[in-house]
Amino acid sequence: MKLVIAVIKPFKLDEVKEALEGIGIQGMTVSDARGFGRQRGHTEVYRGAEYQVDFVPKTRIEIAADDDQVDEVVKAIVANARTDSIGDGKVWVVPVEDIVRIRTGEKGTDAL
Amino acid sequence: MIHLDTGDTAWVLASTALVLFMTPGLALFYGGMVRAKNVLGTLMHSIFAMGLISILWVLIGYTLAFGPDVGGLIGGLDYLGFSGVGGGVHPDGLGATIPHSLFATYQMMFAVITPALITGAFAERIKFSGYVAFMSLWLIFVYSPVAHWVWHPEGWLFKLGALDFAGGTVVHINAGIAAMAVILVVGKRKGFGKEAFVPHNLTMTILGTGILWFGWFGFNSGSALGAGELAASAFLATNLGAAAGACGWALRESRKDRKATTLGVASGAVAGLVAITPAAGFVGPMGAIAIGLAAGVVCSWAVGLKFRFGYDDSLDVVGVHMVGGVIGALLTGIFSTAAVNEFGVDGLIAGGGLALLGKQAIAVSVTLVFAFIVTFILAKIVQATIGLRVTEEDEITGLDLAQHSEVGYSLSEQGGGLISHAAQAPAPAHAHAPNHVTVPRGGEA
Repeated sequence: MKLVIAVIKPFKLDEVKEALEGIGIQGMTVSDARGFGRQRGHTEVYRGAEYQVDFVPKTRIEIAADDDQVDEVVKAIVANARTDSIGDGKVWVVPVEDIVRIRTGEKGTDAL
Repeated sequence: MIHLDTGDTAWVLASTALVLFMTPGLALFYGGMVRAKNVLGTLMHSIFAMGLISILWVLIGYTLAFGPDVGGLIGGLDYLGFSGVGGGVHPDGLGATIPHSLFATYQMMFAVITPALITGAFAERIKFSGYVAFMSLWLIFVYSPVAHWVWHPEGWLFKLGALDFAGGTVVHINAGIAAMAVILVVGKRKGFGKEAFVPHNLTMTILGTGILWFGWFGFNSGSALGAGELAASAFLATNLGAAAGACGWALRESRKDRKATTLGVASGAVAGLVAITPAAGFVGPMGAIAIGLAAGVVCSWAVGLKFRFGYDDSLDVVGVHMVGGVIGALLTGIFSTAAVNEFGVDGLIAGGGLALLGKQAIAVSVTLVFAFIVTFILAKIVQATIGLRVTEEDEITGLDLAQHSEVGYSLSEQGGGLISHAAQAPAPAHAHAPNHVTVPRGGEA
């Protein structure tokens, strides 16, 4: 099992979610995040004083997936979060040792 | 012979409520501009002034400002505790057609908002007890004397012939220069000039601007102390001052920074209102537009000076109120016309020459020097006794939690904690119980 983590542009969330549902993903966790990569941030001006704001609002998605589904999940995210402009975000995959569904106590891939 | 006019009385009653409403407007205006951790502390600086200053005005402030004249410098003590301030009119002709008690209450609202204006300068770092002491002393030793000089018919600046319709010198220059003096004593916020102090909620600031603009009709038009042509003319001038100020600030900003900002438009409207305050009852509509425009443009430049000279005027009280007040007072000498007000004087454009401008300059200079020196001394006294500034740890924590044990925004349901002291719990039956009531929890006897 793997945990797929993606940081994407917030306005792309709906498209990514629909694409993931389309390939049979049944759950995900989403949170508001802030960060920067090569895009850096933006400038804000208050009463003429300019401030550089480095941390840009992003959406972070976490999806637990079976090993044979991971490539498909990553592809779906990349295809639907892409705008071809700087700041589109990143996807990374980490191994997961175990998963438990709290309601039933099911473990491993049964809990996905 | 006393002749009360019901129309005049009705308008000044309404204006009194309008001016009071400016102070919560100011609270929102300032509250939106600070960081979220200081929002309640900043609202408190204005809201508590409504409590504190109202009482002090009755006890001592009013009589020092509007009591029987002593040498043109101060009012006598006849009206201590508002004694003798009831029916009838003010004996020196202040509001000849409205009850004396109404004039005194109308003036109370000016006394409330003026020191509240100063609080924007030392926002985000002041100790609450120090704020209370400073505000009280400032009302008595700065506000009341200057109000007497300018507004009492025997006051020396009034007799000199300087014009201040609704408080350009008494309220705005006075508060603006006091702001400069007190921040020189309090010092800069930690991180000033390096960290970005970004306004946490400009929607509050915009709402506050609207309330200030609305209330300002009572401030300026009400200062006619009657419901007639002069009130109508001042009402119009007030709206035009605000409008031109908003346009002026936005114009300069869109040329310099390429974008007009909401904070800029709000600031410009307030700068225009400040500048039109001394002039409202003495200028026509075109004069009002010129004054507002000048204030919007010049104040938008002046708020940048704090970074160049390194004084931390948190919310630009100096740049908006002092600078806007000086612009308004001086331009009154240019645009004033006796055609608007039978007690007015022709300024430069109406053919009155430079005489009025000279008197305006004297009133401005005297207020700047007096208020700066006395405020500086008062701030030093409070700093040396009660203390003015919070500790560095409290400043980083934020005034809300450190000074008031509250937070402005509780947006998460997680980590709510448990009740340790219940206000509603019945008092213990035995008299010598501990003085705190603890809600029983598991494990306690």
